[in-house]
Amino acid sequence: MSEVVPLEATLRQRRDGGRKLLVPYVTGGLGADWLDVIRAYADAGADAVEVGLAFSDPVMDGPTIQAASQRALEQGATPSGVVAALGSADVGVPLVVMTYYNVVFRSGHRRFAAALRDNGVAGAIVPDLPLEELDDWDRAATDGGVETVLLASPVTPDDRLARLVERTRGFVYGVGLMGVTGERERVAASTSILAKRLKAATDKPVIIGFGVSTPAHAAEVATEADGVIVASALMRKRLDGAGPQELGAVVAGLRAALDAL
Amino acid sequence: MAMRLPDPGGRFGDFGGQYLPESLVPACQELEAAFRLAWADPGFLGEYHSILRDYAGRPTPVTECHNLSQQLGVRVLLKREDLTHTGSHKINNVIGQALLTRRMGKRQVVAETGAGQHGVATATACALFGLECVVYMGEVDVERQALNVFRMKLLGAEVHPVSSGSRTLKDAINEAMRHWVATVESTHYCLGSVMGPHPYPWMVREFQRVVGDEAREQARAVLGGSDPDYVVACVGGGSNAAGTFAGFVDTDARLVGVEPAGGAAIGKGIPGVVHGSKSFLLQDEHGQVLEAHSISAGLDYPGVGPEHAHLASLGRARYVAAGDAEVLEALQLLSRSEGIIPALEPAHALAWIVRAAGSDELPEGSTVLMTLSGRGDKDAQQVMELLG
Ligand SMILES: Cc1ncc(COP(=O)(O)O)c(C=O)c1O
Repeated sequence: MSEVVPLEATLRQRRDGGRKLLVPYVTGGLGADWLDVIRAYADAGADAVEVGLAFSDPVMDGPTIQAASQRALEQGATPSGVVAALGSADVGVPLVVMTYYNVVFRSGHRRFAAALRDNGVAGAIVPDLPLEELDDWDRAATDGGVETVLLASPVTPDDRLARLVERTRGFVYGVGLMGVTGERERVAASTSILAKRLKAATDKPVIIGFGVSTPAHAAEVATEADGVIVASALMRKRLDGAGPQELGAVVAGLRAALDAL
Repeated sequence: MAMRLPDPGGRFGDFGGQYLPESLVPACQELEAAFRLAWADPGFLGEYHSILRDYAGRPTPVTECHNLSQQLGVRVLLKREDLTHTGSHKINNVIGQALLTRRMGKRQVVAETGAGQHGVATATACALFGLECVVYMGEVDVERQALNVFRMKLLGAEVHPVSSGSRTLKDAINEAMRHWVATVESTHYCLGSVMGPHPYPWMVREFQRVVGDEAREQARAVLGGSDPDYVVACVGGGSNAAGTFAGFVDTDARLVGVEPAGGAAIGKGIPGVVHGSKSFLLQDEHGQVLEAHSISAGLDYPGVGPEHAHLASLGRARYVAAGDAEVLEALQLLSRSEGIIPALEPAHALAWIVRAAGSDELPEGSTVLMTLSGRGDKDAQQVMELLG
């Protein structure tokens, strides 16, 4: 069983040491070698890895992650199976799962939190669980030692942003644009505005996702933010057949762009 | 007392809530505030009711079915939503939401549709109010409700077929929500039933309560001052049923919602969260949402509005199911006995009445008010093929 590598402590320490943070994503259970993809990410300089637990109705996801989720489900991925497999990953960087609330609710809050903890997963991202609905899960997560990462949006008002950064654990996930996940030509104008607002509002690590598609995007976003999440650009290649080595090389390219800042 | 306000978190008992991505929270809060003010504003109410009267053709009549009643041994009254402009109850909700869209200063409306009745109603209201209209519809439904696709286009709406998942209503809602996340600052999401995040289940029920409020007075006129013993409506998301039940919840009438056998969220589902609220849901042991299977595009949905889950838990309403074959029979029965061709959706409600009439579930001599939520024109092609 993997030891839990804590999320916020690890990310803070690395950021405070002058490093920009890189969090690549993989859909759990997509392809037989998906655990090797996580290892390749870690070897290529990921600071944490986000693992998607596929859900049938991913409303915050664009075509790429939808397709990745659907294919993983067709290949027999289940949330409990993916989490159990993470127990043997042992990659030395923090793991954070991303899934939709029904998966958590169906499992049961305490049981879900315990499964994460027992399998070395530090955190959870649940994009359809806003502050209004957070309490029950958050209590179970906190008791179970799971860090729940909250998402901030360009339309989140200031007073709400303050409450949100107060309650988030691990880091604050800035949703850089109004829309669903997916690659974009260029970084949305809303991204740097949100990054600045978040940096002014909190000392917790500020990591931005949605539409961060290339090393140049990553570098641009990380001039304001503490780091980036990259998902669709990697999963598109994964769907096209890329294995751990090729995906690791993509992550290495992102790492190099961030390290050059 | 059932069917009043939800709690401040948008809950009806254990059900409802606001399970939304952060990007949509401000819009739902804005909508709730706008609806709350509008619904207490005599100016808004006056405009809403005058449009329903002068444009949509309200009040709709209640028709006593003498031939059918004789045949079944129970006295059947139909609330005739099939006679509204656009041919279903969906127009009631859409007029309300279009007025709100204008009040909030938004210029575009996005909607999902299953049977196409909500899409047609939305396209109609958008034409009337000069709003842009975008409709998402599953590919399966685009095929089986082709007439309504053409009507929407004629009315100036953009119709996007949805090819993901089950390619029906559930997936149309997913795509409409994705569209909304990207356009929320200029776009209102006109949800077509009493589902979704707060305030939709409450707001849509209120926009549909005109059905029940009218029916209650009309039924009393027919029944010599009494209320019907039974009040029956079909349940997809549950808006025509919620609007109907709202008029009778404080009477002694027994409320019966009829789900499709292949999408019986209350009958076979367990609590879960999809599309923004907690309710009964067809799902597997891992929380993956299952596909519904129904002959009727408007009921082909694995979830149900949260207030129905609450009414079921309280025991105030009972939820039963009707299968495809008996629904087709009921559709033909009403056509031949009364000269009224119902849509496949309300034919579910009738199928249950036909099956239950004379049993303990619906004893001989009972009076029954059923909401005939829409007319059958949209289904003519599909039914023609099914009957060979
Ligand atoms: C005629 C008709 N009745 C019923 C429904 C189901 O919706 P609800 O359960 O919200 O009334 C539809 C939906 O398309 C419909 O077209």
